[in-house]
Amino acid sequence: MDVTKVLDAKGLACPMPIVRTKKAMNELESGQILEVHATDKGAKSDLAAWAKSGGHELLKDTEENDVLKFWIKKG
Amino acid sequence: MTVNMMSAHEVTQKVFNKEELFILDVRNEDAFADWKIEGENFEYLNIPYFDLLDGVEEILEKIPSNKEILVVCAKEGSSVMVAEMLSEAGLTVSYLQGGMKAWSEHLEPVKVGDLKDGGEIYQFVRIGKGCLSYMVISNGEAAIIDATRMTDIFVDFATSKEVKITNVFDTHLHADHISGGRKIAEQTGATYWLPPKDAQEVTFEYAALEGGNVVTVGNTPIDIHALYSPGHTIGSTSFVVDEKFLLSGDILFIDSIGRPDLAGKAEDWVGDLRESLYSRYRDLSEELIVLPAHFMIIDELNEDGSVAEKLGVLFAKNHGLNIEDESEFRRLVTENLPPQPNAYQEIRETNMGEITPEEEKQREMEIGPNRCAVR
Repeated sequence: MDVTKVLDAKGLACPMPIVRTKKAMNELESGQILEVHATDKGAKSDLAAWAKSGGHELLKDTEENDVLKFWIKKG
Repeated sequence: MTVNMMSAHEVTQKVFNKEELFILDVRNEDAFADWKIEGENFEYLNIPYFDLLDGVEEILEKIPSNKEILVVCAKEGSSVMVAEMLSEAGLTVSYLQGGMKAWSEHLEPVKVGDLKDGGEIYQFVRIGKGCLSYMVISNGEAAIIDATRMTDIFVDFATSKEVKITNVFDTHLHADHISGGRKIAEQTGATYWLPPKDAQEVTFEYAALEGGNVVTVGNTPIDIHALYSPGHTIGSTSFVVDEKFLLSGDILFIDSIGRPDLAGKAEDWVGDLRESLYSRYRDLSEELIVLPAHFMIIDELNEDGSVAEKLGVLFAKNHGLNIEDESEFRRLVTENLPPQPNAYQEIRETNMGEITPEEEKQREMEIGPNRCAVR
């Protein structure tokens, strides 16, 4: 996957992972991919819902050693 | 204007007193649809916090100016952010301290009655999740029934009443919440009672709770009579306390009855459920006050916040006790059942001692409503 930017949001509590993701997304062009790392469990459902409401596409998400990773394509 | 913090206790009092409250729930839509703070005179607006990052102007007109406003999220952080934005826009609002996590864990003790020798019985209302626990107090001793995982609340309450916890019971192996029974027993040296038919796979020592057991609390006899009443689980046991209170576990609720499917055996247990409700309970005094282990809807709360009703009233009014046709009863409790409680298999395994998840994981497993009943 051709990732344009990686955002480290580990250790941040809600709402910061989404606040940072939104900010990082603003700097991308449509079609570019943002990779997000987070540890807040709530980020999983919230990022999915946020991406949907913002017209972005959540391509993939994984969970390894308590780190959640997301790949979001800007809409 | 200002941002205030509101505790789960304060919100609980508003539920009990049927006060008005406008709740702005900023969790995502799925979470809100699944589970929220219920109150008879509460109004709701659900806008996820991530749709408000650019400002709250668009929702200002949807927020009433004549009502108290409470902003709610999962763990508090997002509700503080939104409350501050609303405050900057000129509103006076509160946020829920600890969010839905605290709401799920809050227990409100309510006295439900006096015992013959001067003792008392308390109900611990877990308002956010609908679980009900009990403490029977008599002559310096206490027994706890169906304790939740927030064990400090029970232990501290017993300390404040200057009583020693001597017996801890679970009416059955719970599938909707993690029991605190074993932990309290270990901490206080009390005896932990479990029905052996529900405990075949447990990994720890317990005292076998069987129909006909009588456990005395205090010096003068406040007897707890165990009554075998299978159906929700094969071991489900009810208690008659002081010949006055019927602790019905998850067999009989105020406005519904227990579901028989949470251990995967609906077909096997439906006959037991019918036998317990339509035969064993029929033999009891209609004057007994039923104290269940759950409530499902806020309408089941009495004016003082307690959940209690005479058995005779339930025989007259509870739909689940008034289905004459056995096959219709069978259909009600085995078909079209509500979704099963969140993580119910893992919760059962935890209560059997097979797994020991970390506290944060336990909290997550319990998120959501209890869903132990069929109506």
